[in-house]
Amino acid sequence: MPQPLNYLKETPSQTAGPYVHIGLAPRAAGFDIYDTELGFDAMPDDVPGPRIRVTGCVFDGMGATVRDVLIEVWQADAAGLYPDQPGAAAGFRHWARVVPDFDTGQFTLDTVLPGAVLGPQGRMQAPHLSLWLVARGINTGLQTRMYFADQDNAADPVLSLIEQPHRRDTLIARGADGHYHFDIHLQGDKETVFLDV
Amino acid sequence: MTLYQRDRTWHPPALAPDYKTSVARSPRQAMLSIEGTVSELTGPRFGHGAITPLDGDLIANYAKDGDPVGERIIVHGRVLDENGRPVPRTLVEIWQANAGGRYRHKKDGYLAPIDPNFGGCGRVLADDQGHYAFRTIKPGAYPWRNWVNNWRPAHIHLSVFGTAFAQRLITQMYFEGDPLIAHCPIVQAIPDPRAIDALIAPLDLNQAVPLDCLAYRFDIVLRGRRSTVFENRPEGN
Repeated sequence: MPQPLNYLKETPSQTAGPYVHIGLAPRAAGFDIYDTELGFDAMPDDVPGPRIRVTGCVFDGMGATVRDVLIEVWQADAAGLYPDQPGAAAGFRHWARVVPDFDTGQFTLDTVLPGAVLGPQGRMQAPHLSLWLVARGINTGLQTRMYFADQDNAADPVLSLIEQPHRRDTLIARGADGHYHFDIHLQGDKETVFLDV
Repeated sequence: MTLYQRDRTWHPPALAPDYKTSVARSPRQAMLSIEGTVSELTGPRFGHGAITPLDGDLIANYAKDGDPVGERIIVHGRVLDENGRPVPRTLVEIWQANAGGRYRHKKDGYLAPIDPNFGGCGRVLADDQGHYAFRTIKPGAYPWRNWVNNWRPAHIHLSVFGTAFAQRLITQMYFEGDPLIAHCPIVQAIPDPRAIDALIAPLDLNQAVPLDCLAYRFDIVLRGRRSTVFENRPEGN
């Protein structure tokens, strides 16, 4: 017997279920309990960078909207920097939670346009949002990214790894000048590319 | 810095047909594997500013005119990484049904009543050694529309952050000895019985408060991290 490798195993994932809002967005569940709900606090006015609004829906394999999804967003600031990097914007959370309207399934995210981010081997990554989706029926949270149609995505090191060129489009939000639309398809012909990071 | 590969054979697969909602909500294409970049290897941090000590006490944090009804318990444990190192000051959020299996959610129509003194959610920051603790009511089992006669075991949902967005994890904690665990399609979507055991909290009498409340212990393990060695990464650690 060789020496044992005594690593622990990661705690297995389970679905967030239909009532994820109780824990992560209680006002959406219909009650008020915390002074501050994390992820929904407004962005301070002095955070630098152009404001953007992203709208969209999440669809299941039958084309129906997924109205009980919860999305988390993690992003660089307008200069392409994350917290703790020298020069990162003070007061910007970089992180948000997004819950769609329970009746229509449409979500809205208000944030700043991220800058290009330094990537592997010194290559620049095109501006993007990192997204993480949880919902009933999703056993392990799904990671993906959203890029912007009016930015230069040609040299992005992640997009360029997608073998089928038409699938790259599933990560690119339509729109320009601060107004974007991004639909996420969990399954089917328009299936969004999900990432194993 | 880089994270250990997530073992996708240990986690439940996306498509688990006995859990019916997963059929239309699971991707059919393979995931794209990417090396983590700064976009995935960093993540949000939370200070004590927005969180109050009451937030972790579900017996008190929604009490209106008395204590909630049910079995009083402490749920505590540590947040560790796969190296066994504590994950300090990370945010742990929980949510659950009340003692009768009813959620305080406008979409829950189960006939069991709402408890006027129970909200069902809490949040704490782990301490410097990764310890966390909640005080709550043991949740009840409840029926759900999957098979006609499916019942979820008693469970508490947990959400944990770690330090990297790619460590983000949501899971469910079950209670030692619950006979419904063996019958639940959501639990049994996990292929390895050892992985299911990792979601079952044992009774922890040592941490019970005599004449007041029982305790269960639940440790949470997030993906391990290491410094990059022998790799030419201009972006550094």
